[in-house]
Amino acid sequence: MPQVAVQDLSKTYRVAERRRGLMGAARGLLSRTHRHIEALKGVSFSLDRGELVGMIGPNGAGKSTLIKILCGILEPSSGHCEIDGCVPWNERIRHVARIGVVFGQRTQLWWDLPVIDSFELLRDIYRVPEMRFRPAAEALISLLRIEPLLHQPVRQLSLGQRMRCDIAAAMLHSPSILFLDEPTIGLDANSKLALRDFIKSLNRDKGVTVILATHDMQDIEALAERVLIMGHGRILRDGPIAAMRAETSGERRLVVDFSKDIGEIALEGATILSRTGRRIEFAFDPRVTAAHTLISRLTADHGIEDLSIGEPTIEELIATFYTSHGAVEA
Amino acid sequence: MFDTLVRPYLAIFAARFLTLLQYRAAAFAGIVTQFWFGAIMVMALSAFYADGRGSPSISLAEAITYIWLGQAFLGLLPWNVDPEIALMMRTGNVAYERLRPVDTYFYWFARALAWRAAVTLLRSIPILIVTSAVFAFVGLGAWSLRPPSSSESLALFVLSMTAVVHLSAAMTTLLNISVVWTISGQGINVITNSLVLILSGMVIPLPLFPEWAQPVLFVQPLAGLVDIPYRIYFANLSGREALGGIALQICWTMVFIVLGHLLMAHTMRRIQIQGG
Repeated sequence: MPQVAVQDLSKTYRVAERRRGLMGAARGLLSRTHRHIEALKGVSFSLDRGELVGMIGPNGAGKSTLIKILCGILEPSSGHCEIDGCVPWNERIRHVARIGVVFGQRTQLWWDLPVIDSFELLRDIYRVPEMRFRPAAEALISLLRIEPLLHQPVRQLSLGQRMRCDIAAAMLHSPSILFLDEPTIGLDANSKLALRDFIKSLNRDKGVTVILATHDMQDIEALAERVLIMGHGRILRDGPIAAMRAETSGERRLVVDFSKDIGEIALEGATILSRTGRRIEFAFDPRVTAAHTLISRLTADHGIEDLSIGEPTIEELIATFYTSHGAVEA
Repeated sequence: MFDTLVRPYLAIFAARFLTLLQYRAAAFAGIVTQFWFGAIMVMALSAFYADGRGSPSISLAEAITYIWLGQAFLGLLPWNVDPEIALMMRTGNVAYERLRPVDTYFYWFARALAWRAAVTLLRSIPILIVTSAVFAFVGLGAWSLRPPSSSESLALFVLSMTAVVHLSAAMTTLLNISVVWTISGQGINVITNSLVLILSGMVIPLPLFPEWAQPVLFVQPLAGLVDIPYRIYFANLSGREALGGIALQICWTMVFIVLGHLLMAHTMRRIQIQGG
């Protein structure tokens, strides 16, 4: 039986609209017009225990709404969802005791308290017995290397330090499922890597189910075997990232540095993507034109300093995917 | 049992209480303000008593005691929204409040209790000491806070003040929940501010209001914040009357808790946590 079962979940927000200008504001006092925004339109999927699934999608695709519903803090307009045999929004207290949540843009630590005090407060709020809390906290503290930070007030921490503490805070009560909403936002490269390692080990060694919503494709590539791509409140795609890569493109990139400035250039079998100075980036389909054919065509006419062949980056892949599915907001 | 019903709420109470006790500079500023206002009100009352005709229902000494008690325990008045909760609403951090495995109403109630109690504790003790002991010592005996009428009055007063803290926390929590609807909390502060100050007896002791208004003033909930405990202190209310007053405080506290709990449930079903 899956740990998370979501069926046909929809959520419509009712938003009051403001009219323009002074007259508009005055009229707004008497009658308000409302607009309905469909944030989710029939989302279904299921997750097995121990899965690590990535969730991506442009802004406004419905990722955060979905996560809030799964966490039990938002009630959907229709549809059904069960996590570990619990309907999140109906049995909120029972449900939230068993999940961990990190919103990358917010902190769940108490701003004025030293980190360790926040941890102890969470221990009491989640009613974790001391004999279970101590080993769990010690393991998290050493894995995330936050020992030196424990006695500093949260407001004095850097973003990277704070995020490590926040993740530890979300895991103190040993939840079996962890929701991460943009956990690496604003972090430097090293902090990102450290965080990814930690998430991976939680999933692999402790069997924690992880749902990771992000805009960072490297997060997805490093962590998620399975990806949900969302757009316009729907799941556009659910599957392994590799399969999508294979399907969206066999396309390759050819980057060439010419030895001297060249004017207009046309290369049969390839299209120009960009040019900066003497560097030109071509796109081509190896199933139509082989790479060596292109290269010999180029070297026949021009002097070449350097060249490289690669795949499109995952960002480009996703951008293409969004555009082709009309997922990006107008 | 302890774990389910008490531990989380006690923890948040203790954390907030101890954090707030650190704000000594704010407390000091508050104390200075309270002395200033108290002194003006005492002078004004003395003038009224000197020139007034008719016989007031409480003596000047009692009225002065009433004023100083009011200044000492001013922090207990539920006149504003908790700025922490107002900020949480604006930033959307209220989402984390809902992620805790606790009853959000009592979670916030514990927070409000800690807030009102900590702020008051810091300010009341110096004011009580100075207005009672120091005033008499430096020759301001006529303007000083008098001791309670009897040990029985003192015991009943302590009981009644305990009720005040809870009543105030219940009202504060209700204000805090209402911020969900108004987002800023500023408007609520302006309205409740004057209402609470006047109807509790903080501006003019309630016994000095006209005779015909007394029954209504006594049963309305805000009297339970100031008027009832202070009149118990100097035995203007004693025996069965005092117990009746305390019962009234407890009843109003229950009413506000039930009301707040219902409103919280209703509000949280409708809340839309946006952004992020």
